[in-house]
Amino acid sequence: MRPERSELDALTAKYRGRPRALIQVLQDIQDRFHWLPPEALEHVAEALGVPLVQVYGVATFYRSFSLQPRGRHVCTVCLGTACHIRGGEAVLEGFERRLGVPAGRTTADGAYTLERVNCLGACALAPLAVVDGRYYPQMTEAKVGAVLAEAEKGEKA
Amino acid sequence: MTSPGTRLLVCAGTGCVSRGAFEVRRALEEEIRRRGLEREVLVAATECHGFCERGPILLVWPDGVFYQRLKPADVPRLVEEHLIKGRPVRGLMYVPPRGRAPAPLMKDIGFFKRQRLLVLRNRGRIDPERIDDYIACDGYAAAARALSEMTPESIVAAITASGLRGRGGAGYPTGRKWAACAAQPRSPKYIVCNGDEGDPGAFMDRSVLEADPHSVIEGLIIGARAIGAARGFLYIRNEYPLAVARAGKALEQAREYGLLGTNILGTGFDFDLEIVRGAGAFVSGEETALLASIEGRRAYPRQRPPYPAERGLWGLPTVINNVETWANVPPIVLRGADWFAGLGTPASKGTKVFSLVGKISNTGLVEVPMGITLREIIEEIGGGVPGGRAVKAVQIGGPSGGCIPASAFDIAVDYESLKAAGSMMGSGGMIVMDEDTCMVDVALYFLRFAEDESCGKCAPCRSGTAAMARLLAGITAGKGTADDLARLEDLADTVKRASLCGLGQTAPNPVLTTLRYFRDEYEAHVLDKRCPALVCKALIAFSIDPERCVGCLLCRKACPAGAISGEPKKAQAIDPAACIKCGVCLTVCPDRFRAVRKTTPARSAASGPPAAARVAPPGPKDGER
Repeated sequence: MRPERSELDALTAKYRGRPRALIQVLQDIQDRFHWLPPEALEHVAEALGVPLVQVYGVATFYRSFSLQPRGRHVCTVCLGTACHIRGGEAVLEGFERRLGVPAGRTTADGAYTLERVNCLGACALAPLAVVDGRYYPQMTEAKVGAVLAEAEKGEKA
Repeated sequence: MTSPGTRLLVCAGTGCVSRGAFEVRRALEEEIRRRGLEREVLVAATECHGFCERGPILLVWPDGVFYQRLKPADVPRLVEEHLIKGRPVRGLMYVPPRGRAPAPLMKDIGFFKRQRLLVLRNRGRIDPERIDDYIACDGYAAAARALSEMTPESIVAAITASGLRGRGGAGYPTGRKWAACAAQPRSPKYIVCNGDEGDPGAFMDRSVLEADPHSVIEGLIIGARAIGAARGFLYIRNEYPLAVARAGKALEQAREYGLLGTNILGTGFDFDLEIVRGAGAFVSGEETALLASIEGRRAYPRQRPPYPAERGLWGLPTVINNVETWANVPPIVLRGADWFAGLGTPASKGTKVFSLVGKISNTGLVEVPMGITLREIIEEIGGGVPGGRAVKAVQIGGPSGGCIPASAFDIAVDYESLKAAGSMMGSGGMIVMDEDTCMVDVALYFLRFAEDESCGKCAPCRSGTAAMARLLAGITAGKGTADDLARLEDLADTVKRASLCGLGQTAPNPVLTTLRYFRDEYEAHVLDKRCPALVCKALIAFSIDPERCVGCLLCRKACPAGAISGEPKKAQAIDPAACIKCGVCLTVCPDRFRAVRKTTPARSAASGPPAAARVAPPGPKDGER
């Protein structure tokens, strides 16, 4: 989704001229578009009075920011320690095989983005996968197909 | 109106919610209405009980009956039997791992019996979204006392006398930190709560923020009064959406009640708090990096001293403590420093919350007095390792900590003894590992994590963790040599001594402790090219026992690599060249056949007693962990 200038104005209005709100603005923009389009970064630099290089510096440093468009569905596989020793890698590989993309990428049709994260703090549920914000505790490689089908169905409903 | 005599408390923590607690709650409400019991029975949400693996959890009050793993379909029977006929449903109760009979009452369950709740004092008693619940449990009484009856000096003195040490990891005395900041002549000053819990395997901060956000806010108000701050920040991980939402709601309620803002409780004291969401960087948990992040910059740590108490946010004096530390403050003010100092050991006072996870029967969050032994936590509270397997080690303190072997489980849990064992308290993640966990693989896991999360500012951490991860990857791939072990130790020493911040300084700990306690496993990898725990893919093989295989073809259908072939109803075979070692065949092979074998080469005669190739016993099936 490409942002409209008016919408970017609305998102940055309350932070105008406040460089220290940089991370908050970027979070608001990403909440809206699911990624940080280049024109949004330029807009932020101008609105907050921060050099563009610093905006890029922050946007690339933190993991929750994406400079690539993300899919309609986001699949996150947790690889915290508890998930790791209970077989999280096999779950991630299952997603990679099903979706045909490695972790960190979006499928060519723009439907799915696959991400790995270093711990979601829900270790009692290990191994854990989160698809479109829904938690799937005690995930296994064998359940990947059903989980993706559920995401697909959610979109139609 | 009559007040309801029975309360059904449904746990609303992340663990229970993800397993359908809200659906169970809806079903309960409907059933209660259908039966016309609304006047007698109240259904309420409560905070996390910590027994997350058993969710959704329901506690019936006042009788204390504990139900677990509920489904909406169980609800009509439960209401009919327990509430109407007065016969608690045994089939929905918790059965201890080494017992047959269910334990009906919460107080009789081993997981809860040995705990001492201080930080988690309101566990299961309050609805985290209702400030009145918190106030009914003595909430904000400590803040009121600190603001009206105590001087800033007497608050600092109480915290110092209590012996409270920072629960974020290193255990710095909290009172000393506050005193240093209070003594600074410059103002304004700031108060910060570090809720950037990035340690893999730890989730106590998440739970406290979700379950009892007012306890943290109250601690922050007291801290602000002690050092003279008018503003504070709650920095919470972006990965914890429920914690952000609950803390936000709690702030609004506190403002509404005049507990935040100007002229708090009519005492003339002004203080307000703001939530800052983290953006996903492990290093943000380091205090100087976290402050940079609040300022809207990249989370780079800087050299200390000067410490934040002297030069913190925007160069001004700042006290920063983590979530669990703040939650400890109100009870100390309310019940006195002596009471707190009476708990724990001489150097480590009070309690510590641990997240007990991994290969353990009773997974969840536990709060214990300092000084309890590891064995008591793992055996008595955790119920030991499931599936009859032997416990091998426990990893404590995340990437900053280390692995402690089962032979050392009698050590007391406090800051000093964990450090002496090569580990550290860290934030309190406790990951139990059994004989099916490869310690070299675990070390590689943590080093990859450190490499991935290093901010890159200093070379020893940036390049050193990468070089260590490369060496470990070679060892798990069967390409390591005995010299690699010496190289690893040498690198670990350099990274430890030369890194700028805690991330790099502690990153080698998982390697050093596994080398110290499990050297034989490293040697098996480099000398014999075998992985005794049957984990490292390059060193294991899958095969099918023709004697046991009946040719049901389940494995063939499940194999993602098409590596299994053979005639139907006859023994199948795995093509080792095509096998990707994902292990799906092993998990789908029915228990009554157990035809799939996972093996590692036999130990060579030169390095130990000859033995047959190790064969994996049948593993636990899905849902049986």
